[in-house]
Amino acid sequence: MRRLHRFGLILAAAAILAVAILWFLTRPGSVSAAELSGLTADPVRGEYVFHGAGCASCHSAPGAEGEDQLRLGGGQAFVSDFGTFYAPNISPDPEHGIGRWSDADLVNVLLHGIGPEGHLYPAMPYDAYEEMTLNDMVSLRAFMATLPTVASENRAHEVPFPFNIRRALGLWDLMFVRDGWVVTAVPPDAETGRYIAEALAHCGECHTPRNAFGGLQRGAWLSGAPNPAGEGRVPNITPGRLTWSEDEIAAFLRSGFTPDFDTAGAQMAEVVRSLSNLPEEDLRSVARYLKAVPAVE
Amino acid sequence: MPFARHLILAMLGGALCATAAIAHENENPAVEARHSQMHLHAFNLGILGRMAQGQAEYDAELAQVAADNLAVIAGTDWHAYFPEGTAVGEVEDTRALPAIWTNMADFEAKQQALADAAKAMAGVAGTDLASVQGAMGAVGETCSACHKAYRQPD
Repeated sequence: MRRLHRFGLILAAAAILAVAILWFLTRPGSVSAAELSGLTADPVRGEYVFHGAGCASCHSAPGAEGEDQLRLGGGQAFVSDFGTFYAPNISPDPEHGIGRWSDADLVNVLLHGIGPEGHLYPAMPYDAYEEMTLNDMVSLRAFMATLPTVASENRAHEVPFPFNIRRALGLWDLMFVRDGWVVTAVPPDAETGRYIAEALAHCGECHTPRNAFGGLQRGAWLSGAPNPAGEGRVPNITPGRLTWSEDEIAAFLRSGFTPDFDTAGAQMAEVVRSLSNLPEEDLRSVARYLKAVPAVE
Repeated sequence: MPFARHLILAMLGGALCATAAIAHENENPAVEARHSQMHLHAFNLGILGRMAQGQAEYDAELAQVAADNLAVIAGTDWHAYFPEGTAVGEVEDTRALPAIWTNMADFEAKQQALADAAKAMAGVAGTDLASVQGAMGAVGETCSACHKAYRQPD
């Protein structure tokens, strides 16, 4: 009897230890205000980052066109295998949006996927955004502060157990989020393109296949994946499949026209709408980056 | 030689249709018609687009012909091309989403937007390169608006 008792105690201690370890491993990272001192928030650069990162594509109202694209009240639904996520209000509205956030609050979101109310779901592509420079993050915030306020309530995500345990996303991060560039070797004139493709435009989120837990398969980077928003596939854009010239890729990103004068459709139409705001030379650099991605047939 | 040019364009357009038809022998006829329609859009847009992008020299007469063709083709009645039961999953070789048939009024409005943009292009295409470049954006946007809402990715 006593032996059984002792066994129970050991088991309980082990369980507590395991929980403690998990708690420790999943603790949210955070950046201090001091780490952000000395940065210069430049709203002009922030606008570039905003378009590069495609914030409006997901955070504007469903079906928004024209100027309404800059009203970031959220509300678009993103259906996934793990539940339905609703983009939140990120307008500068102090009540419903992020008007009261500090620079550090936004940096924590972009760098760690941690919002003031806890861990974000990776529907927000913080795995990409964490590669942004801190200066770009605070510049983005400076630009977003100039956008119109929108007073729409956030809609709660519809996520069933166990995916509704936000703390568990810390473990997901440990398993699947990676620091640093995916394509480590690119020519100097493709570095801007890599920054746009990997840190801002988060191309990999749709163009890279995922494992059963929703983690990106970086070994098959940009080699195509099932359409996250329905039937069909998002194409392979490695040199194994995408054989367009540098000029043609840049023209597509600027105008939406393929070399055959078909046009971008589905979610890519939104991506083109954002990226077309970037300078021609930077879109060319994206094209050069795509040429440097390891080819997958 | 405007007549020769028209003739060549018409022949090229015809050849394009013919190839499309041969390539998709087993297609549903409505799907085939849709593809032919889109090929003709792309063919004429290509003439204008290559000029706009600087890949081809601006030729006022050719630009006008392509823009006129585009306006006519885009403005045709598409109803017969989209009968019920020809969405993706229902017939082969199409990416037309079922949402077309549940939002037919919006789908038609989007087609009308293309027809209007093509008409605007035809109004200025013969003027100068800047006019073609200016009108091109609006045409592209109408293409994308519809492909965004109603075409499945590859």
